[in-house]
Amino acid sequence: MNQGIVFKLNGQPVSYTGSAADRLLDVLRQTYRLTGVKCGCNEGECGACSVLIDGHLANSCMVAMGRVENCEVTTIEGYSQTERFQVLEQAYAAVSAVQCGYCIPGMILASECVLARHPHPSETEIRLGLSGNLCRCTGYNAIVKAIQIAAEKGEGLW
Amino acid sequence: MMPISQSVIKKDHLAKACGQAMYVADYDTTQMLQGLILRSPHAHAKILSMTYPPLPEGYFTVDYRDVPGINEVHIVKDDTPVYADATVEYIGDPIMMLVGPDERELERLLAQIEVNYELLPAIIDVRDGDTAFFDYHFGKGDMDQAWAEADQIFEECFETGYQEQAYLEPQGLIADYNQGKITVRGSMQCPYYVHGALAKALGLTPDKVRVIQDVTGGGFGGKEDYPSILACQVAVAAYKAKGQPVRVIFGRREDMEFTSKRHPSRCTYKAAVKNGRVTALDADVIFNAGAYTTLSAVVLQRGIIAASGVYDIPALKVHGAAIKTNTVPNGAYRGFGAPQTFFAVEMLMEHIANALDEEPLAFKLRHMVRQGSVTSTGGRYHFPVPLPAMVDEVRKMSDFEQKRQVYARQQTGTTRRGIGISLWFHGAGFTGSGERDIIKAVTRLHKLADGRVEILASQSDIGQGIKTTLCKIVANELNLPLDQVSYDNPDTDRVPDSGPTVASRSLMTVGELLRRAAIRLRSQWQEGVEQTVEEHFKEPDFVIPFYIDKFQGDAYPTYAWGVCAVEVAVDTLTGVNEITGTWASFDVGTPIDLNIVIGQMEGGLLQGLGYASMEQLAADQKGRIRNHSFSDYIIPTAMDVPLMKVQLHVEAYPDGPYGAKGAGELPLVGAAPAYMSALEQALAGPINHIPFSAEDALKLIRQSRRA
Repeated sequence: MNQGIVFKLNGQPVSYTGSAADRLLDVLRQTYRLTGVKCGCNEGECGACSVLIDGHLANSCMVAMGRVENCEVTTIEGYSQTERFQVLEQAYAAVSAVQCGYCIPGMILASECVLARHPHPSETEIRLGLSGNLCRCTGYNAIVKAIQIAAEKGEGLW
Repeated sequence: MMPISQSVIKKDHLAKACGQAMYVADYDTTQMLQGLILRSPHAHAKILSMTYPPLPEGYFTVDYRDVPGINEVHIVKDDTPVYADATVEYIGDPIMMLVGPDERELERLLAQIEVNYELLPAIIDVRDGDTAFFDYHFGKGDMDQAWAEADQIFEECFETGYQEQAYLEPQGLIADYNQGKITVRGSMQCPYYVHGALAKALGLTPDKVRVIQDVTGGGFGGKEDYPSILACQVAVAAYKAKGQPVRVIFGRREDMEFTSKRHPSRCTYKAAVKNGRVTALDADVIFNAGAYTTLSAVVLQRGIIAASGVYDIPALKVHGAAIKTNTVPNGAYRGFGAPQTFFAVEMLMEHIANALDEEPLAFKLRHMVRQGSVTSTGGRYHFPVPLPAMVDEVRKMSDFEQKRQVYARQQTGTTRRGIGISLWFHGAGFTGSGERDIIKAVTRLHKLADGRVEILASQSDIGQGIKTTLCKIVANELNLPLDQVSYDNPDTDRVPDSGPTVASRSLMTVGELLRRAAIRLRSQWQEGVEQTVEEHFKEPDFVIPFYIDKFQGDAYPTYAWGVCAVEVAVDTLTGVNEITGTWASFDVGTPIDLNIVIGQMEGGLLQGLGYASMEQLAADQKGRIRNHSFSDYIIPTAMDVPLMKVQLHVEAYPDGPYGAKGAGELPLVGAAPAYMSALEQALAGPINHIPFSAEDALKLIRQSRRA
């Protein structure tokens, strides 16, 4: 019997019974109603649809459902329940790094990846880590600064 | 720093950070129909016939015959049809909408629609244009005398390209027609512009039209007029759907190719110079308007009013024309016509200075306007002009003099360096008498019995933080904690028309109205009672009335000022340049929230640097825009300008709230000429067009080698 595509979504085991060729982005937004995952371009350029797949940052518009079998997928909805999120969210708030907000769920997940890899990141490491996520509002300085603050305040978390 | 400038946590911060904020695409679509637009594949053609395929149940077509009111979108002039009827005027001109429940099925059916066209001659290049939608002339002083007495005459043509707003959230709206009333909600800057357009196209009275702004993922001008067009199209579909909501959300490619952009320009400037001073300027400003007028009149007005930049030039002759071409209609984009003319005038001043063998900055400083100087339109700079102090600040931050001197020496090796500086203003608020005669803003404060206060206004928070700053102003005057003052996304059924979210006006103009309303509420405050106060716009007394037919008077009550230095390193083998530093000082009056203002300045500056370089967009010979995705229309990433330092210089404006004046657009306006001036120094050659590519740099390097 077809069990569907089994994966963990924000910590919960789920089984997707649609096509393995469906886009992860569409499935997250439509089937699971996780609309914090944004669609900015649908072709892997802008990063608004970023999610974590087994801890790696991925553009969910570029991922077929077949690819996530047995993986752990984390969206902003799941990540926002973590202590690390709290630290990042407060750091973003302290420098008002959120403007229109459309890139922000993706940016926060990209920030997580920067800090997971470099708990004490250099500015270049931060900028490199954000370079797949477009933001048209901020000029990026505030987001870079937020990650620096989070690295300091969240000492030991990453 | 004033206490009000201290940053707070933005009102919409947490919802956006958690991904809980609802943008228009986030609503559950199970009960909605989707719409897909059929667009013209030709730049200019007559529609001879349309044949629709048999449609499955639940699918239907919408075209001009379904428009219940007038088939025109009310913007400034109303020449944009809701759906094309007789002709199509550009590639992408909307012809009809196919509506139904399933998007893939819609795509399949749309491909089966047959339209027969008779091709008509199309004008793609603005130089071939023969229709001026708008044609303005004004000037001052004695041009003939200046010309006759000149030691030297300089003439040069400057060109600027398209710029796409590239907000991260594409355009999208939902319309619902129920019990004789149309409701449209979604991504937009100006709910009442959309409201007015809907009333006309649907033939409804204003009370039968409701517009709600949803959380909006960036606008930058791109959601000023365009949502009026899309709203009419979706609303007509909803009208026909009778009770089922219809949703249209653009994909990125549709959005980039077919929605409004910054006008490409050709500015031909002539200057008369006597005794080392520019005595007269003749500016001929041509904007490519595209196929319909949309906002071209007002964009062009702001552009030509800024034609002489921040310089006091005694004689001035300005001609501006917005020329029709069979290309996508251009509209509002942060800066609104001024980035084009500031590029021209700043580069011209650089080139004249170079020819006179004077340092461009010194040359510019000698020509600068000051408080009391006459503006290009015979108005006054009523308030202090802080440019000299701001120039000093930027000089210090950037180590300008030292670098400029070092880079002026003969450079060898593959890396060439340069540093440049530019000066500019942005007229704060609407151009001319628009605020007084057309907008007539109204705001209200509604106090609940429990003492909480709600702001009722039609400003859209599009990321610029207006929800937070307006609440800060009201809370401050009423001495309330910030969480006791609220401001929801505007809904025209609930809020008065306080005008559109454009022209860097929201905080300065509407913020001041709300401050006054709060003062009045404070004086009338009664515990435990519901109360409402209302405030109407009144033009400040000092303003010299502006007459648009003559371009005479104060075009703006006050100005925001900008100074920016850019340093570059160019690889002479590849032509690729790197911005090694950007330093800027901006005067937007009192910052109502320091973080918010710095965020506006940094974001706008980066857009301005992108405009000058990597953001290349062009229509081909057939009028088609091919680079319509983030793969080929490149906007800056976090890696592109790693060193960007911005500081604020505060020249408080007495008629803005606590001294605040227009901020949002300023930082973009004059970034390009600083960048190009730096490249000129590095490449030792003149630059007169943007965007300036690596290929352009190689060309210039080859030319200067030959010379």
